[in-house]
This record gives sequence, C-alpha cells and structure tokens, in this order.
Amino acid sequence: MALNELTAHELKTLLDRGEVSAHEATTAVLERIEATDDTLNAFISVDAEGALSQAAAADRRRAAGEDPGMLGGVPVALKDLLCVAGGHTTCGSRMLENYIAPYDATVVSRLRQAGAVIIGKTNLDEFAMGSSTESSYYGVTRNPHDNSRVAGGSSGGSAAAVAADQTILAIGSDTGGSVRQPAAYCGVVGLKPTYGRVSRYGLTAYASSLDQIGPLTKDVQDAAWTLEAIAGHDRFDSTSIQAQVPAYSQSFNRGIKGMRIGLAREHLPPELDDRIAAVTRQAALSLEHCGAELVDLELPVAGRGEYCLSSFYLIAMGESSANLARYDGVKYGHRAHGATDLQSMYQNTRNQGFGDEVKRRIILGTYVLSAGYYDAYYLKAQQVRTLIRRDFEQAFARCDALLAPVTPGPAFRIGEKTDDPLQMYLTDIYTVAVNLAGIPAISVPCGLSAEGLPISVQLLGPPLQEEKLLQLGHALECSARPC
Amino acid sequence: MPVELKDVRAVAELARLALTAEEETRLVSQLNEILGFMETLNELDTRGVEPTSHPVPMENVTRKDQIEPFAARGDLMAAAPEVAGDYYRVPRIMD
Repeated sequence: MALNELTAHELKTLLDRGEVSAHEATTAVLERIEATDDTLNAFISVDAEGALSQAAAADRRRAAGEDPGMLGGVPVALKDLLCVAGGHTTCGSRMLENYIAPYDATVVSRLRQAGAVIIGKTNLDEFAMGSSTESSYYGVTRNPHDNSRVAGGSSGGSAAAVAADQTILAIGSDTGGSVRQPAAYCGVVGLKPTYGRVSRYGLTAYASSLDQIGPLTKDVQDAAWTLEAIAGHDRFDSTSIQAQVPAYSQSFNRGIKGMRIGLAREHLPPELDDRIAAVTRQAALSLEHCGAELVDLELPVAGRGEYCLSSFYLIAMGESSANLARYDGVKYGHRAHGATDLQSMYQNTRNQGFGDEVKRRIILGTYVLSAGYYDAYYLKAQQVRTLIRRDFEQAFARCDALLAPVTPGPAFRIGEKTDDPLQMYLTDIYTVAVNLAGIPAISVPCGLSAEGLPISVQLLGPPLQEEKLLQLGHALECSARPC
Repeated sequence: MPVELKDVRAVAELARLALTAEEETRLVSQLNEILGFMETLNELDTRGVEPTSHPVPMENVTRKDQIEPFAARGDLMAAAPEVAGDYYRVPRIMD
C-alpha cells in the first residue's frame, strides 16, 4: 500500500519503527495532490516547501530519540477557514484572496505540538456557507467517487482530500453539518465534537453559537487520535469547555455491550430514500449484533427536519450577518478602488468581495434581525431551539446515543441545486439539529449504493460523550470489515 | 407578510451592500420562498418558552484586565489595504 493511502495510526506505527520517514510520507501525499488535484480541486493552496521542512524536523526529532508527538510526521490538510501564521487564509472568498494570517489558530498550534505536518489548505463553500463547495470563489471540488458529483460542503475539500488519499487526515468545521455531510458524500469519517470541546480561536466565524471544529479521517481510530490532539480548554476562546480531555485514543475500541441506541421514528419517514433507509436499518442491526440494545423513541421537534432547518437557518443567517460586518475594506481583505466617500467604499468592497450565497445570507440575516421582524423570526427560532434541546435531553434520558441518517440521499450532481437555494438548504435536514443543541455527532461510512456512491449513518450523543460515539462508530466499522 | 423590493433595498443599505437591480429582484423572490418555508415554525406553540442563544449553559467568563502586547503588530498593519504610518487610511468621512 502506498504511504499516502495509510491511516494516521498505520503510518505512525511505520514511522515509530523507523521503516519509513516523514519525508517519504509527505512526498507521497504531495505527489498524489500533484497527480489528482487538477481534477478534484480539493486544495486552495499547497505548501510543499513548508511541509517538507516540517517533515524533516519530525524525522530529526525521531532520530534524536525525542518524542515526535502523537501525530509526529503525519500529513494533515486544513480547511481554508483556519488561520496559519504567514500563509494565505482565503475562506473560499474573493474578499480574503490576498489575506495573510498573522497568527496560528489554536487547533493549528495543537496539531504542530502533536508533530503533524501541515501540507495545505482545502477548498470550502465561501465563508463555509453552503452544502456543496460550489459557492467557493476558487471553483467547485469534485467527488473522488464520481467526478460529476459534489463532494458536499462546506468542508468539501477536506472530505475529498481524505477520500482521494491526498492527505492522511484533514480538519474541517461544522456549523450545520459541514464536517459530517461531506464526510458522508465522500465515504470518510467526520466528527463534530460538542460545542466548546475544541477552541474556535483562529477559525473564521460564520455563526458563532453553532460553529465547531472537527476531524475528517479514514477511520474512527484516527478521529479519536485527532480529537485527543486538538480538544481542550483555551484561554483565547472563552466558550471553550474547561472539562478534561479523555484519552480517546485508548478508549475508542472498548466495545459497546449494553449501550442503548435510540432510533427516532421521525428520522426514518416513509418518504426517505430507500438506499439511506436500508443502510440505517442495517447499521442498527449491526450495533445490536455487537451487544447494543435498540430503543424506539420520538423526537417531536428535534426529529422534524422542517422545524430544525427553519430554526437553524434563521439563527445562522442572523449570526452571520453580524459576523461578516467586519469585512469593510479597512483593516484587512479586499477594498474596492475609486470610492470617494466611506459609504460607497464599504458598499462596493462588500459587493465585489462577497459571492451570491454570502450576500443572500447577509440580507436574510439582517432582515430577520431588523426591528419589526425580530420577534417573528429570530426570537421564534431561538425558542424552537430550546424545544429541540429539550427533545434531545429527554431522548438521552432513555438511550446512550441516537442513530440517524446523515443526508437525505447520496452525493448530488454538480449544478443540480445551485439555482435553488432552498433545495440546497434541504440537504442539511438531518445534520442541523445537532448544532442547535450543541451536542456531538459522528458520521461513519456504512456502504455504497448500487451506483458506487458512499452512504453513511450518524451517531448523536449527549454533551461531552464523544467517547461513546467513537466506540459505536468503531463497532460499526468492525461489522463492515474484519478488524 | 411578503418581502417587497423596498425591504430588500432597506436591508441592503443596513448591511452596506450595493446590490444590482437584478440581484435585488432575485432576492425578493428568494427571500419570500425561504421565509415562506420558515413559517412552518408557527405550527409550534412557544408561549412561555425561554429562547436559547448559546447551546452550552455558561456563566460569565472573566479574566484580569491586563494588557498583553500582540507580537505580530507589523503583520496586522501589513494586512490593511491602505495605511498611513501607524493608522488605517480610509476615504474622507467629513468635509
């Protein structure tokens, strides 16, 4: 097997034994990117020189007998929404085409401390606003399983890069499904941790009460390793949680005997795509076979996609319209030339710098927050958010985790939904409730459709119960292949 | 309450976006479609329900009010489209 095809834990074993070098592993992923990215467009920028020098440093540490770190010498790709000091951070937008971040995001510092080799920045929907990576200013990312289809979004570049073995693992961010959905479309593992489990410092803000950073990996063990490396309190993010970080890398394979898995009636409606329904039911049986107990239950609000989507988009658009007010052409980013007064400088800068989807969300967000409409839309959405949280609290009193579809269907065709924003939003129907409630969830590949497209399921847990989700995800993986 | 052209114009002004006539027209119909879908929330009785603004219950987080100079000050200023010495430069704001 080529080095770029390995998981992080497989590569780490070879590196620790001295059978391969970080230089060789990094060269392998860089060559793979070179060979495939003209087609896939998973990367916005690749830092080959920087990556090779980080790899050399990892090899030197090993040679000197020092601890190379948990991810010592492992190549990692970052969604281009995360700041890396001295490098471009575009957020998929023309607005930040020439922006150079002056500092590392906390996630990036922690990956560096763990010895990871940062190889480049992956494509995404502009400012993470989208479900297909089609709204990127830098072009669409193609699905490695079928180049005529989307890789999903907004972390589409990260998902495609992992699926195509252009990297060993990748980091994304999930505001309404942006890690789990592309992971499902590309057939890789995607973990959205509890809100606050991972510091958001250095992550460009989209919707601050929903955003959370998570790993996209080739298996569940790698997700456990990566989460252990990046999680934990950070004084630069006051919303990061103080709780201690468990040794996920040690506990992910402890088995699931006696765990109770909830299946909500609302998650498997009669109109659900047959392929998705069949895979979800099969996953439930596999978990039962591994010793878990299935529990039927109801999620009268949190299980209803139309309520969750409406609440989610109202809140996300409201928060994004406030967050994106900072792009004013003054301190950084694009500035329109030729304006003679401040007002038109702002307006022209923002009209040139932002694409259609971002403008739509700013306009909608400003509208629902404006006087006269606030109570009818934004406040109502926040109240429904409370009902959604309560639904999950009640469900988790009866089970350890919920099993549900990730997406209403497999990856769709490029261009299929770009002219109909509402149809695009509807692809997030199963993922957004998790962000509204702030709970963790993991998307795990469980098979291929007849046409060869990956299909996944997700497991949802109570706050800070990532360990159980990793254990369940690992059990699902083991039932799909010998391990 | 349908969204009208004047609403989109007013909101664009608030959001400092100079939209083209074509963008304005398209947004009127898209806003109506999207907000129309969201009317579904009115099926839910939320009387007396506390709104959630933050998913994880949290107390105020405080710290000592101490100045810590940012090491890469020059890099921050270098990111600006136009500077004059230690200042950001913008078009004239008063006559």
